[in-house]
Amino acid sequence: MRDIKILDTPLNTQLCHDAVEDPAAGGIVVFVGVVRDQTKNRKVVQLVFESYVPMALKEMNKIADLLYQRWGILHVCIHHRIGVLDIGEIPVIIAVSTPHRQAAFEACQYAIDTLKETVPIWKKEIFKDGAVWVSARP
Amino acid sequence: MKINIVAFGIAKEIINSPECSLEVKTPCSVGSLKETLMAKYEEFQKLKSIKFAINEDYQEDRFLLNEGDEVVIIPPVSGG
Repeated sequence: MRDIKILDTPLNTQLCHDAVEDPAAGGIVVFVGVVRDQTKNRKVVQLVFESYVPMALKEMNKIADLLYQRWGILHVCIHHRIGVLDIGEIPVIIAVSTPHRQAAFEACQYAIDTLKETVPIWKKEIFKDGAVWVSARP
Repeated sequence: MKINIVAFGIAKEIINSPECSLEVKTPCSVGSLKETLMAKYEEFQKLKSIKFAINEDYQEDRFLLNEGDEVVIIPPVSGG
């Protein structure tokens, strides 16, 4: 099964893990992204995420397609949050189950790396004295 | 023809609106739309890149637009 969602409510790590459970799975890898309190030595107060949701879901599904084809995964769950997030909150969770652990690590790594490159989601770092759209400028 | 464009992230701040419309010659490619947009809003020239999604898929510069297409400016993404 695949469970791909963009949510404006807090994400649940257990739920994503449970979504990929399978008696045939020898390993489950769960990546949890967390909002960090600083970037380039500048203190971050909050992050704001926004998304072009229908296309983002489409691109996340393309990533899932590739995980099935290339790594023969059993199940995948990708949840991404949008809205305002505080330090320590979770913007993204990716869970992958496979018969053997190596494929689960590789597939999960590919999924988060590709999500950061192709999925139309943007984050703005809010500082005490300003704000920046991440990666927008060279 | 008139092309309606939707903007997210920094693109929304550059055009100062979640959407805008541009008058372009027909046929119009994604590449020429990009040039028109960059000429009208010079701030786009300072971004690392801009891509376009037409009807929810990324399209290259040579792709030709049709009236009524859903055109979205995709500034550098930063999810995760």
